[in-house]
Amino acid sequence: MSEAILQVEDLHIWFDLDEGELHAVQGVSFELEPGERMGLVGESGCGKTTTILAVMGLLPANASVAGRVLFNGEDILEEGENTVAPHRWKDIAMVFQGAMNAFNPVKRIGDQIAEPMELHGTARGRQAKGRVGDLLELVGIPGSRADRYPHEFSGGMRQRAAIAMALACGPKILLADEPTTALDVMVQAQILELLVGLTEELGLALVFVTHDLPVVAQTCGRAAVMYAGRIAEEGATADLYHDARHPYTRLLFAATPDLHGKEKIISIPGSPPRLDRVITGCPFQPRCDRAFAPCPTVTPRTVSVAERHVAACHLNEVPAERLGGAGATGAR
Amino acid sequence: MSSGPPLLEVENLVTHYRLGRGFLGTITRKPESSVHALDGVSFTVHSGELLALVGESGCGKTTTAQTIVRMIEPNSGRILFKGKDITRLSAGEMRPLRREIQLVYQDPYESLDPRFRVRDTIEEPLAIHGVDVAGDGRQQILSALERAGLSPPELYIDRYPHELSGGQRQRVAIAASLVLNPALLVADEPVSMLDVSVRAGILDLLAGLRRSGLGILMITHDLSTAAHYADRIAVMYLGRIVELGPAVDVVRNPQHPYTRALISVVPSRDPLARARPQLLEGETPNPTDIPPGCRFAPRCPMVEERCKSIDPELRPVGEAHEAACILVGGSQRPIAERAPRTRRDETEKRGA
Repeated sequence: MSEAILQVEDLHIWFDLDEGELHAVQGVSFELEPGERMGLVGESGCGKTTTILAVMGLLPANASVAGRVLFNGEDILEEGENTVAPHRWKDIAMVFQGAMNAFNPVKRIGDQIAEPMELHGTARGRQAKGRVGDLLELVGIPGSRADRYPHEFSGGMRQRAAIAMALACGPKILLADEPTTALDVMVQAQILELLVGLTEELGLALVFVTHDLPVVAQTCGRAAVMYAGRIAEEGATADLYHDARHPYTRLLFAATPDLHGKEKIISIPGSPPRLDRVITGCPFQPRCDRAFAPCPTVTPRTVSVAERHVAACHLNEVPAERLGGAGATGAR
Repeated sequence: MSSGPPLLEVENLVTHYRLGRGFLGTITRKPESSVHALDGVSFTVHSGELLALVGESGCGKTTTAQTIVRMIEPNSGRILFKGKDITRLSAGEMRPLRREIQLVYQDPYESLDPRFRVRDTIEEPLAIHGVDVAGDGRQQILSALERAGLSPPELYIDRYPHELSGGQRQRVAIAASLVLNPALLVADEPVSMLDVSVRAGILDLLAGLRRSGLGILMITHDLSTAAHYADRIAVMYLGRIVELGPAVDVVRNPQHPYTRALISVVPSRDPLARARPQLLEGETPNPTDIPPGCRFAPRCPMVEERCKSIDPELRPVGEAHEAACILVGGSQRPIAERAPRTRRDETEKRGA
């Protein structure tokens, strides 16, 4: 196994709100290897965006953080802004959700892409201009379009430009937050092809945050499924689909329509728990179709269920014979 | 399917939005331009049927929905409801029909008034149509909530939208459209704002209403959803239906090159299902200048010279299955034998 470029260890994030404290991320751990594509999936409010904002050191002032985020073995959250700022954009970059709509409408695209380079001193003037052209070509836009304004670009081109902007300072890790959510399916396919191509050509590691399971299934080798601020299950995407070890993973796939699938699509009853209250037991227990004795009271540990496959579910800790065969929680 | 006229017939609907020329444009007598949002759309919806209108943004699917409910006036074409031409009815004449044709909006976070209790939201259409809310109305409200899956209704009737989940809000919105006992429901992207885990519940609800006899026109960008829930699928491109047929046939045996490309890029939830996405270059062109001939020709991987001059009409390609492409149907070679030129093929060639 090669050395991880990014390690997130027992990350906790609290938001101090008027109504009280919200425990948005409750002990998230994962690792990312160079050039790897990893999905971070879950429904709204599960903490996936908050997690990657913490990695960027971009949480709002009312957030408090515990745990460690290691870039090449160095804890970048250790002293807050002091330790994370040198890495932001240069080593770890992010494409924000809706970035394609966040360009300044009265500035040329090229100048906006050059901005982070000048800010971080990686390139200036003519050199920055040349680099902008290269970046645009890299994401599939003719370099000559650098002097166009955002309204002259289509949605897909603006998303490509937003990706070029994130790559301006040559990062090793790209965090992409719902990069295809507002796009049509054909443009989505083009952007996915681009992201996959970038990881392969540049050796860029990608964390792909989305609620869209099929997109992750087709682009990422590995994924973490988040629920109520925790990782319910993490492993190879093929294993998550074919050998799910957490009922939430299985039910989430079962709730997702597949173009050629024939099975009935079923929704998951109920809704996620509130994160401003202490959760006892397994957070998914009230909605789970396999809940049993320990679930309402005992918090499940995250255990390894196979090689590079972990899950936080009591079913994995019960002897197989008592469940009527191994993999009884599987997605079959 | 019942005999007699279809519940809804749309014939050759054309809707253009005129664009302003601006001051300079006016004094220089620049020709007026317009957005051809709908450019000859025809289809039918029967009672007890769910028709999905599928397409990318800007293809005209929402304009179609809004034209049918007469929120937008069409330039030409006809809309027949239960055999009666409603295209040019005045607002007053439309009023009794509005009970029968109801619209469900995309975003239940915006379509519900936050100051209205569930009861008020559902009462409003009754009051507008002069139903005695205290008498008959109350029972109608309770039964609408129940039909929308909010049961027992007493549990929800006094709540405010902020006390409800997204799925529950959409059920309230659907209850408000059901309370007048409509015959046709037009649902514009009814689940796209909802979390995946609750979508199936709303779609099952629509499927159940369809089984109980309602006709449903569902607008969606999501082919997978259409494949699972619709009886028939109409695929739109640039203001025109390019393929229309039974959902199974359109998905398993698509005929129009656009449908084929669209289906090839829908990602599968199974990571091991390796598709060969057939990426089309660019994006759907601007509907202000629709190309002559086939509107899909500039992006079509199978384009031939004659496609640039012939504007194809829908014609039969199978049982109740139609496509608007001169290369399919008739005595032509089956389309599968023609090798589509894909970007991936080109890359492979370059790499070889």
